[in-house]
Amino acid sequence: MSRARAALTALGSWLDDRIGLAPLRAMARKKEVPVHGHTIWYYLGGMTLFLFMVQIATGVLLLFYYRPSAEGAYESIQFLMAEVQFGWLVRSLHSWAANLMIVTLFVHMFSVMLVRAYAPPRDLTWMTGVILLVLAMSFGFTGYLLPWNELAYFATRVGTQIIAVVPLVGDFLLRILRGGDDVTGATLTRFYAIHVALLPAVTVTLVALHVFLVQRHGMSVPDEVERAPGPKRSMPFFPNFFLRDLVGWLIALAILAGLAAYMPAELGPKADPFAPAPAGIKPEWYFMFMFQTLKYLPAHILTFEGEAVGIMAFALGGLFLFLVPVLDRPKPGAKPSRFFFWAGIAIIVFIVVMTYLGYTADPTA
Amino acid sequence: MSHTSHSPSSSRRSFLDRLSATSLSTWLLRVSGGGFLASVVYPVLRYLVPPEGGESAASSVTLPFPPAELEPNSAKIFKFGSRAGILVRTPAGELRAFSAACTHLGCIVQYRPDLGEIWCACHNGHFDLNGTNVAGPPPRPLDAFAVNVRGDQIVVTKGD
Repeated sequence: MSRARAALTALGSWLDDRIGLAPLRAMARKKEVPVHGHTIWYYLGGMTLFLFMVQIATGVLLLFYYRPSAEGAYESIQFLMAEVQFGWLVRSLHSWAANLMIVTLFVHMFSVMLVRAYAPPRDLTWMTGVILLVLAMSFGFTGYLLPWNELAYFATRVGTQIIAVVPLVGDFLLRILRGGDDVTGATLTRFYAIHVALLPAVTVTLVALHVFLVQRHGMSVPDEVERAPGPKRSMPFFPNFFLRDLVGWLIALAILAGLAAYMPAELGPKADPFAPAPAGIKPEWYFMFMFQTLKYLPAHILTFEGEAVGIMAFALGGLFLFLVPVLDRPKPGAKPSRFFFWAGIAIIVFIVVMTYLGYTADPTA
Repeated sequence: MSHTSHSPSSSRRSFLDRLSATSLSTWLLRVSGGGFLASVVYPVLRYLVPPEGGESAASSVTLPFPPAELEPNSAKIFKFGSRAGILVRTPAGELRAFSAACTHLGCIVQYRPDLGEIWCACHNGHFDLNGTNVAGPPPRPLDAFAVNVRGDQIVVTKGD
């Protein structure tokens, strides 16, 4: 026992000499996490990070069997689900963790927005976060096509066609995105490259920056807590907050395992470019609010095509989110505007209502 | 570099200026920047643009099924090169062909015998039997093809 401990200490100092662990240790000892009524939201970012790590691990495992071609992709997933030991589990974990990660990401983002935790100096942290949301949705969009099933095929046809509304270069961008004029095997290899190489590289880099910035500025404390009289409470990051964070990870893992085991990912029929789109075609749920909004728009708004207007509106909405810390600059000493709080609430209500309608409204009505 | 006059003497001066050390390094930087654009960025961008081709040059196609196979008030999807077309036999028995790609966002349309309309399931777009968009988000009619029946063969032709 004592010999093992001595060996560990020796290894520790050997590493310390080479890497310089002392500042890290000092930081971990010094770091405090504020304790107040909103502390619960601090765990959502960590849960998102955990789910992202699950995605990397299960994604690497899927690569051992997946074949990225229009002829082989669907069959390789069938083989994975039916023949490979625990293949269904790995794919279901990957699919469910993706969904849960988007959930925690949304909750994380809106909790930050509603308590104005994006205020400088955390504005850059917020902006990297909004980019990470876009990256996560791009992961979802590209990954959805990879099994090459009917639902994903048509959802991708629709989803990619949307880029054609960009003025002047729309058709050109569409060709680049699809690798041709239609969604084909060429689209599949493109999406595959984006999904397993490009996005992971960019995302890992940005996550590192995001987490570094969180460390750099510490946890944000909501204004109302800051102004409240009385002493401020806090807990040490290590081990108190760290262990609670781990509990958050375990909760996420438990939910994930339950969903993957009891509701494994489905595959459906293989994509057929020469079959009519099935009636139930739908995108992933986190695109549903946009998909549903497009259904309600008339063919023409003024002189523009309806969907072009809708898509521009969503693009502007995304830009608005990105720029919230720049737009919300209260004058020194003045109370911050409630506009951004209510804008956040309005966005949440819009997303929830449209998503609900997307799953309940009769598609043939 | 701040010279704006264009008299010969000053342009010679500015030429000499360019030979000075700082200008030379700026020039080198620009050239290597241009070299980088030309030798790395351009090839990568060109690489990402898919080559032309795959687009069928054929302007007409003979369908792989006889006219008798299609009942009135029904339709069939057919291949027009790499694209999909839809052949409809109207309740009156007439054959009509259109591009099967919905003009909204490109889903493959289908025939609804209950409505006597061509319907896109993706966003609930409706077209009548002339291919005209009559309800939902599609912004324009389906592209129409000409249909000719020669004995036991159906020939579908693009453009008028």
